[in-house]
Amino acid sequence: MDPLLLDEPGRKVLLMGNEAIARGALEAGVHYCSAYPGSPSSEILGTLSRVAPHFGIYAEWSSNEKVALEGACGASFTGLRAMASMKQNGVSVAADLLTAMSLTGSPGGLVLVVCDDPGGISSTNEVDTRHYARLADVPLLEPATFQEAKDMVRWAFELSEELHLLCMVRSVTRISHARGVVELGRLQRIQRRARMGPGERYASLPPCPKHEELKEKLRKARALFERSPFNTFTGPQRPDLVVVTCGTGWWYATEALRILGLEDRVGVLKLGTTWPLPEAFILRHLEAAPSVLVIEEPDPFLESNLKAILVQETAHTEGRVPRFFGKASGTVQGPYGSGVGEMNPDIVLEAICRSLNREVPKARQALKKQIQSEIDFALPKREVAFCPGCPHRASYWVMKNALRLDGRDGLLIGDIGCYSLGFGRTGYSMSRTMHCMGSAIGFSSGMGKLERFGLTQPRIAVVGDSTFFHACLPGLVNARYNSSAFVCVVLDNSATAMTGFQPHPGTGRTALGEAAPKLSIESLCQAMGIPVQVMDPFQLQAATALLYRTLQTEELQVLVFRHKCALLQSREEGLPARRVFVDADRCIGEQCGCNRFCSSAFGCPALIWDAKGGHASIDEVVCSRCGLCADLCPGKAIRILEEEPA
Amino acid sequence: MSALRKDPLNLIIAGVGGQGNITASQVIAQAALLEGLLPTIGETYGVSQRGGSVMSHVRLTAGTALGPLIPKGEADILLGFEPLESLQVAVEFGRPDIRVLCNPRPIYPIGVLAGDDHYPAVEKILEVLRRHIPYLGMVAATELAQQAGDIRSMNLVMVGALAASGLLPMKRGSYEEALSSLFQGPVLEVNRSAFEKGFLAFSARDLSN
Repeated sequence: MDPLLLDEPGRKVLLMGNEAIARGALEAGVHYCSAYPGSPSSEILGTLSRVAPHFGIYAEWSSNEKVALEGACGASFTGLRAMASMKQNGVSVAADLLTAMSLTGSPGGLVLVVCDDPGGISSTNEVDTRHYARLADVPLLEPATFQEAKDMVRWAFELSEELHLLCMVRSVTRISHARGVVELGRLQRIQRRARMGPGERYASLPPCPKHEELKEKLRKARALFERSPFNTFTGPQRPDLVVVTCGTGWWYATEALRILGLEDRVGVLKLGTTWPLPEAFILRHLEAAPSVLVIEEPDPFLESNLKAILVQETAHTEGRVPRFFGKASGTVQGPYGSGVGEMNPDIVLEAICRSLNREVPKARQALKKQIQSEIDFALPKREVAFCPGCPHRASYWVMKNALRLDGRDGLLIGDIGCYSLGFGRTGYSMSRTMHCMGSAIGFSSGMGKLERFGLTQPRIAVVGDSTFFHACLPGLVNARYNSSAFVCVVLDNSATAMTGFQPHPGTGRTALGEAAPKLSIESLCQAMGIPVQVMDPFQLQAATALLYRTLQTEELQVLVFRHKCALLQSREEGLPARRVFVDADRCIGEQCGCNRFCSSAFGCPALIWDAKGGHASIDEVVCSRCGLCADLCPGKAIRILEEEPA
Repeated sequence: MSALRKDPLNLIIAGVGGQGNITASQVIAQAALLEGLLPTIGETYGVSQRGGSVMSHVRLTAGTALGPLIPKGEADILLGFEPLESLQVAVEFGRPDIRVLCNPRPIYPIGVLAGDDHYPAVEKILEVLRRHIPYLGMVAATELAQQAGDIRSMNLVMVGALAASGLLPMKRGSYEEALSSLFQGPVLEVNRSAFEKGFLAFSARDLSN
């Protein structure tokens, strides 16, 4: 049975962090949930949409994060409990609303769950969104365990209703994309009729009185946080050191102290409510601490705020500020230096040793010390690559060849999605930019006006289908309005592929699996008066010719390269019933003169070199049987054998 | 409750994107939970799914729940889906007494295919490991998965071999129950068959030395 559906309080189940967050919302009786997919946050709405019919709640994939949060606010205005979830980048997209929303407040419990990605494990940045909570003056909760991920989300709804204020919960990759045991609580179903009462109005005007109201709400939040069970102190009464930590830092600190055997000498002050900080609680527990070490990721957010509290407290009294270790002191350092990258038990262990002026135990990583000197061969790096059969590889091949034919040193302006890998080898290292959703369009729109300054390089703006709906429309409107010239290539693979194949406005179905109007990229472009053509990038020659011709027009045009994601295709229909193989008689290897064209130039992980046989080969463990390589082999040695259906 | 020979017991599953690493970790953790242990899994994926290295940290304890990351040099067991990944993870995370089960079939990095990098001979990779660790067991998991009817079930062949190895305390039935709770229909059938092939392939051996 789906553990999300179990109404057995006390039952222990294995949940992914994101499932625990979803469960917390269900235990709070959430009514409305919205999100835009982004690692490591996607499984929250993925889970909620799966169980939504069972609970009679609403869940949607919104077209972007700002719209997702707006939808949730809309539900909250009518008194419902609503939650929006997103990755760190999404908060920046929604930030304009966030700062307005904190000024107005709303009656229904309103929770913003953000999943940060310290270390940028599946992101283009490692932005620490806790700053947004401080910027917008909203309460911030940081779970340190899977259990807290669930319990804090449940509490966040109550807190939000008590304060009449959006409440933010910040998870990170190592909680969201990890699994552990969670004890279930009771599922709540809160019956509420959605309604905006007479005279209920929400506007941030006039700003200063509203701002003062907000400050009062934060004072109230601080008072509540002083008593919160999510803030704890463990350790001796007279510690040599107090580790102040939040989120995953707590896990790493407790493990490091156990390994070092220092649990009875070092205190741990664990904070679950990190904005506004429970000042009195903190001061009480730091009173006896000669030294403080702050562990958090990636920014010294807690560290800076703690210092401010301590200075404020001691400036007018005889109190003293303890010795401070953390990121500013350089004590907490990962491989990229201080304040960069995620934490782990090893970094924290070393930081504790440094703070106490102890040596790191010598026995650690003994195996590495033994083996390393004996590895007398180079270990190849494993770069990320387009999957076998990925239509993006075909599209990049087409763009590479069209730009070469064009001969004007054209620019490929990139964007965010699977096709961001076009920055690497598998996209022939062609992308010149990669910043945020939709920026390829805006960048190209600007570059399209630079002829007067001498820019002669043609531009291809490359965006995906989900990205197109997320953030490309305003940029295209701008480009059309200002007569900017470039070719926008939409790589339409029929899914938000990078984050797990979530549907989007062009797919014809919703998060709840219901049929939806299928928005047409072509019609939207036509409505803007932008010429648009559709092509399958697997038609390598025709697509190259089309792109080349389009580049010569020197006007704003859209080309849709449409071919379904290979992973999605094989999920839906399995692998095609055919064999794709190298005919060993026809492939003459090094004598061919092609310089191993298939494996060296095309960059498909399934095209390997059989050193013994002296010819190319296809690794059938990896191959998706797309057959595109058969078109490319100059010796026509790659063959496709269609199999009769069984 | 199952008794752990060491607590926490740290297992890493190392492979590349698309090999079903995370699914394997879920089956193992679910089996542990069924026997009253507290499992935690740390998963590394995202961009890595696209051909990069993928690692799952599976931690078992009878005490209080653990964090999702195994400290460096603290892994007791490595389930390696690919030889190069196995070597690198064993070196970085392995204790001197780490036990390794490895599928020796290489998946070549894209830089190797392009001719810029060289993939060391698999025997050479294994030889280095063998010299320094107390146990390195080979499982022809790719071939066995093919026999089970789907090459993508290689991950469960490896889990089957791990279950038979006795390196973890869980009983065979717990893994099977975990499989039934996580899959259904034809996928369950293939995964069951793959698990069984891995289990049987390993059963003849003895790891107790």
